[in-house]
Amino acid sequence: MASQKKKLTRRKFLLGTGAVVGGGLVLGYAALPNQTKDIAAKYKGNGQVLSGWIKITADNKITVIVPHAEMGQGAHTALPMMAAEELDADWDLVSMEEAPGMPEFANQPLAEGFIVGDKLPNILAPLINKAFYSITQAMDLQITGGSTSVRFTGQYGMRVAGAAAREMLMKAAAKEWDVPLGDLSTEKSHVYHRASGRSATYGSLADAAAEFDPNPTPTLKAKADHTLVGTRTVKRLDVPSKVDGSARYGIDAEVDGMLYAAIARVPVHGGMITSLDDAAALAMPGVKKVCNLGYAHAVVADKYWRAKKALDAVDIEFDGNGNEGLNTDAIFARFARDLETSELEYDIDEGDFSTASGRLVEAEYAVPYLAHACMEPMNCTAWVRDGVCDVWTGTQAPLMARTAAATAAGLEPEQVTVHNHMLGGGFGRRIHAENDYVAPAVEIAKMAGAPVKTIWSREEDMRFDEYRPAVVSRFAAKLDDSGKPTAWQNRFSDKREPVEAPLIPYAVENQSIGYVKSQSHLKLGPWRSVDHSQHAFFTESFIDELAHAAGADPLQYRLSLLTDAPRHAHVLKTAANAAGWYTGVKDGRAMGLAVHESFGSIVAHVVEVSVGGNGMVQVHKVTCAVDCGEAINPDNIESQIESAVIYGMTAACYGEITIENGQVVEGNFPDYEMVRLAEVPGIDVHIIESGAPLGGLGEPGLPPIAPAITNALYVLSGQRVRKLPIKNYEFAATA
Amino acid sequence: MEFSLKVNGETRVVDVEPDTPLLWVLRDELGFKGVKFGCGVAACGACTVHMDGTATRTCVYPVEAAAGSDITTIEGLAVDGVLTDVQQAWIEEQVPQCGYCQSGMIMAVSALLAETPNPTDEDINAAITNVCRCGSYPRIKKAIQTVISERGAA
Ligand code: FES
Ligand code: FES
Repeated sequence: MASQKKKLTRRKFLLGTGAVVGGGLVLGYAALPNQTKDIAAKYKGNGQVLSGWIKITADNKITVIVPHAEMGQGAHTALPMMAAEELDADWDLVSMEEAPGMPEFANQPLAEGFIVGDKLPNILAPLINKAFYSITQAMDLQITGGSTSVRFTGQYGMRVAGAAAREMLMKAAAKEWDVPLGDLSTEKSHVYHRASGRSATYGSLADAAAEFDPNPTPTLKAKADHTLVGTRTVKRLDVPSKVDGSARYGIDAEVDGMLYAAIARVPVHGGMITSLDDAAALAMPGVKKVCNLGYAHAVVADKYWRAKKALDAVDIEFDGNGNEGLNTDAIFARFARDLETSELEYDIDEGDFSTASGRLVEAEYAVPYLAHACMEPMNCTAWVRDGVCDVWTGTQAPLMARTAAATAAGLEPEQVTVHNHMLGGGFGRRIHAENDYVAPAVEIAKMAGAPVKTIWSREEDMRFDEYRPAVVSRFAAKLDDSGKPTAWQNRFSDKREPVEAPLIPYAVENQSIGYVKSQSHLKLGPWRSVDHSQHAFFTESFIDELAHAAGADPLQYRLSLLTDAPRHAHVLKTAANAAGWYTGVKDGRAMGLAVHESFGSIVAHVVEVSVGGNGMVQVHKVTCAVDCGEAINPDNIESQIESAVIYGMTAACYGEITIENGQVVEGNFPDYEMVRLAEVPGIDVHIIESGAPLGGLGEPGLPPIAPAITNALYVLSGQRVRKLPIKNYEFAATA
Repeated sequence: MEFSLKVNGETRVVDVEPDTPLLWVLRDELGFKGVKFGCGVAACGACTVHMDGTATRTCVYPVEAAAGSDITTIEGLAVDGVLTDVQQAWIEEQVPQCGYCQSGMIMAVSALLAETPNPTDEDINAAITNVCRCGSYPRIKKAIQTVISERGAA
């Protein structure tokens, strides 16, 4: 990409929205002595908290305190691995605990990563970390999302914390044995003085080590010296509990004297209850209370099934706030109208489209609203009493949950304790963009005057999600005589994050990428890979259309335009070679490809498709190449890419939330279909370690899958899918 | 109303409405939290247990119909703390991600392999219709093959 482009960065974005950075650039981790002591003081229990997130007890056990939730992405293993690697810990003695929702555990590295991007210079003062400390507190970070856990917390937090702790342990041994620090070595949770044959466990040195201040810039191990990171020897710590039924999710929380609540929102989004008749419900067995929350009603009972049945017995009337007449077509028509009439804001506006010469190619694409459909429906247990509030739930952002609970309970955040649980799926749903499950549960519990577990039915979960936004995106390009684009123009309806999602890696001289503000009455939130999930479909479809318009091979065409993006080119070639792009496919099948960068990783997919006798699109094979800089846990990388491919396939093939009369139509899996085992393609993952800064993995596998499939379908059928999902198109059988 | 249920080898008495889905009885009355709620309409399989050895979705199964059956939940699979080969294969292949669907998956697969020791791909596709939102399916397939080949070798 040409360097003078007006390219937005996350930094600009965040600063633009009001965060203040105390004077510029930063060093990675805040191994600030004060902060460590704050944590040590608050983190109760025996043992020494050495550097931020590492606790060592006298029995030589090491606990790594992880400030991220586990939602299947493997953070609860990858982060301890990174700390243990630098610490030279004995992995068999390492365990993890999730940090409680307290500001001291806010992910400073995450905030830093957001603000300065990936290139953290190693020099500037730890004092700036203090600035970040307050920013993260203010911003309610401690978020698990944005593919950040390993990238920022791991890279700039865990590694530094591990190395700093190791230094402190060695200093303690050097002092005790009165030997030079340089003569000491470490291995498997022991410090050794080889010359004298002395050794000591980390556990026995922990108290003495805590007397030293952690070094915020310790020397990190060279990659060649890694024994855990990058290997396949480490099994995930959370897996055993997930095969015997013992893993505990938010929905499994138990509190003495707990009641259950079922909840129903006003069916029209944005509507409010105008009257509520609870007489019949209150007469039903076990019912304790009927709550009118305005935007919803809930029934509290001694058993969940009783609450759920009584919910239907409550008679409500509501006002739809003018949204009663809305349907999907009207919403898309609004997007189209706003694209014509509203003022554009630009991500990039370079050159002049109208004067660029060449043949005009145009296309319009659209994607629907999508629900997250986490396997575990939303739920939250709360108990408000005597100026305190406890919340048991699964959240990607405990501090945000804490703030939300405090507001709902009428308390200060310090009076709220969030007990975070495993997440039965997150995907952005449990990040509280609209704060729509913790707050209602706290309100209900407060009204009931008892601990209450509120469980959303699948229908409530799906009909009142914080949806992935629907977007319309229009493109125009000019192609010169050789078929190369001389100008690229993109206009789309509304924008969220990350700001760079619509940008292209291709060298096109005149680029204008802009958007209008255009929304509906639905609540929106981050959805796995956020705006990348829409824009990769748009841009990788359109570049494919240009290739075909130019009569070029889609792979060669892209490569010829990736002159400024060698990593993209390499990823694309790797996937294409592994897939046998030029060796051809069986009769009745076709291949398509796409490449996209998100969260610091570049992923290319090559897919092979056919259409079965029943007209169903079949994806036979997906060959993936991913450049994530460095592979921390290769097995887990593969599993995250497989996961993102399948999540993205579900969206591409089936995913669609539609609106009628202001209400969401789809309510459960029968009408919001999922890819199941029978449809799962072979997925072959190739990891490229380019040495670039560590990229994310939970999300980057998703964006390129939809366009890879639709690009293949075009080759197969001549039909271009410009509006997802694919299920709305008819294809003739090919195989 | 009182019902007597035999779960994981033990007989337990519960006092609930007869139409209460077995799912909520197992979870909230008897404490078998490994049985999961996913959809409530028999469309996802998260709530799967064995009823007399048959994989059964309990979210639509009224408790009154369960009396007299031999019920096994995920908690009752392991014998004397030793995981079954299916569970072990799940660890070996590192199948679970968020893990929420996996109790149901493991129950469904265990029942399939008990009934059909050498299932074809079609058998597997037809029997295992559980939803895994995390997309752990490729590893589920691998783990099933691991079990089949190890049983064959045994
Ligand atoms: S919860 Fe029973 S099948 Fe989904
Ligand atoms: S592992 Fe998350 S739903 Fe299957």
